[in-house]
Amino acid sequence: MNVLTDNWSLYGRGFLGTVELTVYASLLALVLGFVMAAFRAAPVGSLRAFGTVWVTVLRNTPLTLLFFAVLLGLPRFGVVLPFTLFAVLALGCYTSAFVCEALRAGINTVPRGQGEAARSLGMSFTQTLGAVVLPQAFRSVIPPIGSTLIALAKNSAIAGAFSVTELLGTYKTLNELGYGIIWTFVWIALGYLIITLTISAVFTVLEKRWGVAR
Amino acid sequence: MAVDPLIELRDVNKYYGRLHVLKDVSLTVGRGEVVVVIGPSGSGKSTLCRAVNRLETIESGRITVGGRDLPEEGKALARLRTEVGMVFQSFNLFAHRTVLDNVSLAPVKVRRRSRADADRRSRELLDRVGLADQADKYPAQLSGGQQQRVAIARALAMDPEVLLFDEPTSALDPEMINEVLEVMRQLARDGMTMVVVTHEMGFARSAAHRVVFMADGRVIEDRAPEEFFTSPRSERARDFLSKILTH
Repeated sequence: MNVLTDNWSLYGRGFLGTVELTVYASLLALVLGFVMAAFRAAPVGSLRAFGTVWVTVLRNTPLTLLFFAVLLGLPRFGVVLPFTLFAVLALGCYTSAFVCEALRAGINTVPRGQGEAARSLGMSFTQTLGAVVLPQAFRSVIPPIGSTLIALAKNSAIAGAFSVTELLGTYKTLNELGYGIIWTFVWIALGYLIITLTISAVFTVLEKRWGVAR
Repeated sequence: MAVDPLIELRDVNKYYGRLHVLKDVSLTVGRGEVVVVIGPSGSGKSTLCRAVNRLETIESGRITVGGRDLPEEGKALARLRTEVGMVFQSFNLFAHRTVLDNVSLAPVKVRRRSRADADRRSRELLDRVGLADQADKYPAQLSGGQQQRVAIARALAMDPEVLLFDEPTSALDPEMINEVLEVMRQLARDGMTMVVVTHEMGFARSAAHRVVFMADGRVIEDRAPEEFFTSPRSERARDFLSKILTH
């Protein structure tokens, strides 16, 4: 029971590590996912192909394998970065594939005529997407993107196996110190709950806020 | 009339897969002309209309607007589309924006006008279509006829050289059709070049300079409305008119 109070700073560092991974990887995933969704909707064939390959490869590869590829593969090409940054890259790229598909599903809920009307007024592809299609798609993609980011928070645990400081990884140290496994994991689980429920809450607010926009 | 051609189609062919929807269609629309395109469903008239601003691509033939060939997808096409306004059957107003924003959006984004300038002009246009008092509502709060009039104002906001109407009244309740047609008649009187795909024979008679009759992807007749309605040359047109004028 006192495993938490005795090891406050260890838990704290692990918790902050997971928060850090989640926040940075989420931002990367949202930006990349957005770009890939735009690619997949673009009138340019090569961009569409690139987006499709990106999603297909990343969505269908086990995340652990992707971690291996990034952490062990990239240094072979001379790319040497802190492990945390590698982990953010792996998590962010992986999740971007899911964000892209959620966005694309949202884009498909917007009637085709909306884009046609915008284009026939002389708006460019970017303007059509940015001012007409995405704002309307946004509402319907909030719940699935929330789920995707919650999955990302939990997936960040894999980084612990690659010596990145994060929440789940704290159990090894605590175990060596002789603490009971049950309470160790209860507090770890609570840590994850704090993060995932926060994400849920943020997305519930977003949904309420944008739900009344029309 | 057609001394100064604004839109020219030469031997245009369009396929949907194996379906041949436009067969060697040629058509000239002069500046200031009002051309009404009529014909049975599936005759290709909507496709023809949409091909003029390249919402539909064509497989062969030429389409020129103002003497220039339709550009490929890209900036040049976007620029051309600012000159060719379009009004859709299903209005297609931007659902997440107010009526005023709908009209001002393209002038601000495309023409780079200031918001204040664009809004002032938009209010004038809304006044012209009789909807000045609806500026702050959302499209879903308006009737179909009102939405379509907003859509016309939105197209006019770009000061296009020509307006394409793709069955503008087909999705409307009968009592709302006239308010839209009245706006269109006014535009025609003001000398706007218009291509109108419609089933409204009354409008064709009263406002059109020419009637183009299409069937099975071909232009069958292209004549002055009075001649066409009183003595159609083709059997196909006689058949079509007998079905719609006697019900």
